[in-house]
Amino acid sequence: MKITVTLNGKRIEAEITPDMMLLDFVRSQGMKSVKRGCDTGNCGLCTLWLDDKPVLSCSTLAARANGKKVTTLEGVQEEAKEFSDFLAGEGADQCGFCSPGFIMAVLALKKENPNPTAEEMKEYLAGNLCRCTGYQSQYRALCKYFGIQEV
Amino acid sequence: MEQTKNKYVGQAIIKKDAKALLSGKPAYTDDFVPENALVVKLMRSPHAYAKIKKIDTSKAMLVPGVEIVVTYKDVPKKRFTLAGQTFPEPSPYDRLILDEYVRFVGDPVAIVAGKNEACCQKAMKLIKVEYEVLEPILDFKQSLDNTILIHQEDSFVGHDGQGTDQMRNLCASSEEIEGDVEGVLAQCDYLVEESYHIKAVSQAMMEPFTAYTYMDVYGRMVVQSATQIPFHVRRIVSHALDVPKSKIRVIKPRIGGGFGAKQTAVCEVYPAIVTYLTTKPAHLTFTREECFTNGSPRHEMEVKIRLGADKNGKFKAVDLYTLSNTGAYGEHGPTTVGLTGTKSLSMYYGLEAHRFAYDVVYTNRLSSGAYRGYGATQGIFALESAVNELAHKMKIDPIKLREMNMVHEGDKFTHYYGESATSCALDKCVERVKEMIEWDKKYPCYEVAPNKVRAVGMAMAMQGSGISGVDVGSVALKLNDDGFYTLMVGCSDMGTGCDTILAQMAADCLGCDMENIVVFGVDTDQSPYDSGSYASSTTYVTGMAVVKCCEMMMKKIQKAASGILELPMEELAFDGERVFAISDETKGITLPDLVTKLQAGTGEILYAQSSHTSPVSPPPFMAGAAEVEVDLETGKVTPIDYVACVDCGTVINANLARVQTEGGLVQGIGMSLFEDILYTDKGYLMTNNFMQYKIPTRIDMGKVRVDFVETYEKSGPFGAKSIGEVVINTPAPAIADAVYNATGLRFRSMPITAEKVFMALQEK
Amino acid sequence: MYTMKNYVQVQSLEEAYELRTKNKNNVILGGNLWLKMTTRDLSTGIDLCNLGLDRIEEDESGYAIGCMCSLRDLETNVSMETEFGGAVKDALRHIVGVQFRNTATVGGSVFPRFGFSDVLTLLAALDCEVELFNKGRVSIKDFILDSPDHDILVKVMIKKDKRKVVYETLRMTETDFGVLNCAVSVKDGKYTIVLGAAPRKAKMVEVDPCSNWEDKEAKDAWLEEVVNQYIFGTNMRGSKEYRRAMAKVLITRAVDRLGV
Repeated sequence: MKITVTLNGKRIEAEITPDMMLLDFVRSQGMKSVKRGCDTGNCGLCTLWLDDKPVLSCSTLAARANGKKVTTLEGVQEEAKEFSDFLAGEGADQCGFCSPGFIMAVLALKKENPNPTAEEMKEYLAGNLCRCTGYQSQYRALCKYFGIQEV
Repeated sequence: MEQTKNKYVGQAIIKKDAKALLSGKPAYTDDFVPENALVVKLMRSPHAYAKIKKIDTSKAMLVPGVEIVVTYKDVPKKRFTLAGQTFPEPSPYDRLILDEYVRFVGDPVAIVAGKNEACCQKAMKLIKVEYEVLEPILDFKQSLDNTILIHQEDSFVGHDGQGTDQMRNLCASSEEIEGDVEGVLAQCDYLVEESYHIKAVSQAMMEPFTAYTYMDVYGRMVVQSATQIPFHVRRIVSHALDVPKSKIRVIKPRIGGGFGAKQTAVCEVYPAIVTYLTTKPAHLTFTREECFTNGSPRHEMEVKIRLGADKNGKFKAVDLYTLSNTGAYGEHGPTTVGLTGTKSLSMYYGLEAHRFAYDVVYTNRLSSGAYRGYGATQGIFALESAVNELAHKMKIDPIKLREMNMVHEGDKFTHYYGESATSCALDKCVERVKEMIEWDKKYPCYEVAPNKVRAVGMAMAMQGSGISGVDVGSVALKLNDDGFYTLMVGCSDMGTGCDTILAQMAADCLGCDMENIVVFGVDTDQSPYDSGSYASSTTYVTGMAVVKCCEMMMKKIQKAASGILELPMEELAFDGERVFAISDETKGITLPDLVTKLQAGTGEILYAQSSHTSPVSPPPFMAGAAEVEVDLETGKVTPIDYVACVDCGTVINANLARVQTEGGLVQGIGMSLFEDILYTDKGYLMTNNFMQYKIPTRIDMGKVRVDFVETYEKSGPFGAKSIGEVVINTPAPAIADAVYNATGLRFRSMPITAEKVFMALQEK
Repeated sequence: MYTMKNYVQVQSLEEAYELRTKNKNNVILGGNLWLKMTTRDLSTGIDLCNLGLDRIEEDESGYAIGCMCSLRDLETNVSMETEFGGAVKDALRHIVGVQFRNTATVGGSVFPRFGFSDVLTLLAALDCEVELFNKGRVSIKDFILDSPDHDILVKVMIKKDKRKVVYETLRMTETDFGVLNCAVSVKDGKYTIVLGAAPRKAKMVEVDPCSNWEDKEAKDAWLEEVVNQYIFGTNMRGSKEYRRAMAKVLITRAVDRLGV
């Protein structure tokens, strides 16, 4: 079947199978930032925005994105830079495999709630797993980004 | 190599690959798979132990899109190991790519390759297998000398000196005794005699195991793989396919985490044989479930300890026996177990006698491998728990007890390859941790609400820095136009940042900007040999190769300049930018000009290569203390605060060392409280995905705080030791003791779940 | 790996129902989180996303939550937050993560009547009905007792009936399934107590309050009587003995929070 998607600001038409997942679709379109880290919707690595909302692309049918706006990290490079620099400054990128999905969730939080408390911030991002950092360096970067006093 | 004037070493330098990784650029194995690569899937055994009586693939082969179906009949019959270790590997050769016998639930039965996943799945459903189901050994305590044999094949190869005996289900065995253990223990005023159990927890790195293979224009197989051990993968694939190593090239791109998991070549041989048989590119990424069931988790171990002390608390003797469960295959079986003794006993000084013995057995369980800590984690959980138990028995502060017994700089280690503590600030680490957690104020516990108690607990840890006399790190430096260097490394940066760390060292050695150091790795065709990134070796071993290589390069630069300047080398100095005459600094040549001249045919193109093997493995040390809250109504243990202080010698990169520590601690917290390994009674792993195997999220871990006490390790580059593994070892014993201090309950197995605490509280 | 041959965005519920009843391998698509983990070979995926069912409608008497409404929209609904004192948020906030809850739908969570469901546990403590395409309106209690069939869940209707409700859950990690979920509401002096993840479908019982909550003996007797009305089971997250004990703890906490 055919779908039309606005992927990172570009309108594209593509032929897909009905059971194709949005994750596989965007990767096939060259958006390699989107990663698959699990089979069960638990890791958050595949997070992208569907009509500006962060969703799990591993579980979202590509067909359902028809006529919608799909945004991956490739499409928000400018917007992501400030936070990415904070992450890099803490050494919090580590292996980097969870970073794109994590950054997409952080930017979504910023839009939804520009001034979260530390608790709100952590809870919002709880669906983004990371095994390298133990989250503490990510927390430092987040505090800098959101202007929160570290506790 | 002076300590004082480093521009980069010791700083919080941003990782060289940070920008690419944080902007989501293609960087990992799966980002580069050729579009025409065959999808490879593995059909897996539903039985814990069975013999394949018949296997019919004819219907599967008819599925449109299916290219090949491989069974045990089609693979080479020479056994090998998937363990990434220096040849000859201590791990027994007990594997085939596919075997007539399947030895655990998930053991591959057939390899299917086709144009997409759907056709492979369809084909797998059509493969008809007739099994002779055999009675398995699921309990590792029942394995030794059982009438059931896990490996009865004639082609099994055990290696000398490991105590391997396939007819006893014994993967490895050893016993070492020093002094009269029984005699000394008999005279002790206090004795703790307990056994401790750690399960086969998983590394759970975010990037699954993945590799793809293709034939290059010279008819050689290229293996692109997320691996910590590119050079070992070359040998393993060569053994598995029974082809010469010259026919194989391994490339490692960025890796999405490893923690030891990728020190075993768990997936490479499958696409490799598909490419070998079809000459077509082939790609296999493990599902997360396969990462759990067919990865390379920690060895389940039971560690039995007898710890004896005199009336003052001075340790007199320790008897430590470890039973390790290697699972169906022996990867890292003979070696992980050794660390349970060497890297626990040596934290304590002045023992009159000790015994360290072990057996490593086969079972029909997950095959184990290397996970950060590599046996030390299990041994330290046991010994540190026993020390805490002794303190409670004697009614003295566990920190005081440690102060009386711990190893200090200059002491000869109790059981550590005859080495002495050349650099050791364990005492200072303990002191600092005590201060950070406010031990004197909080120990043992305090109430925060009715039915909510907070308590503290602590532990010490050590590890090694590389494998002495075995690990090899080598690097090469090329001097290029404009005077920039290419640093070619064979070690694997798996997110740890070793590429950056080695570049920091090189820049400081060569006196140049870090921008002038380009790091390249790893391609077995081009990179210098390195045993790989494991055993906490990269900074310490490969780092030293960098230091040596830079010294050679500087000499070569001076020599080349001496030819051009027509001055003797001894009269020249090199400041990183320019070679000049010591007597007259105006006489000289800049590095770019020098290279221009050399490239114009006036001399030799400059290239240096150096390798390093350390005769010693100086341990990093640390102390960690946990503060937990126990809900006495539900039994739930919540981590509140974890503090740690590390002696890793010189800290090379302040950020990366800190993040290594924080990450290791949270993995340790996960193992202590959440991460469980549960099987059905048929041997099927139930905790086989992130829905059931719960690694900590950012709202489960509490707070983690880290500090460093630097020492200077003379045998290491810039005084550095290692940090990658030691950091996972303290949480289990520290948290177990904090729970004891909150509840009076002693947990000797992990994880400490709410139900276990609640039920024990009821029984109390 | 599941497969699906066709995908249809239906224009009406009638069309959806016709497709659904035509073939047992035609399925109504929710958030697809569970479906994609199966190994089913499906014929047609029926998507209700064009029917305007992704909204929460509200009037003085209550809320009508469309089946395609995301769990996250339910969680962040401001009016419900006030009406039910944060219980909706408490029930939903632990479910994996924000991106999961943006993907998961109310229909997909409620219709299969999963034993571990936080949403069902909460709904059962409210004055709640579900609107099924074929069967029409059914009380949540009856709906839970039924097994999933070919019908289509269209909306979930919750009455504003001035009840107070609280949600308690015990989880091993914060975003895991509950070892036990508990919702308790009180209206006109009567409690509705729901336990979910016991580990079976959420079950509600209605009881009179304890005669003397401050008296330990009376309280223990009352709790014993309440939990005797539930059946507890064992799975990898807990034994039935543990769950039974935790039921008393969670109910006590809920009653304490209700403050009556």
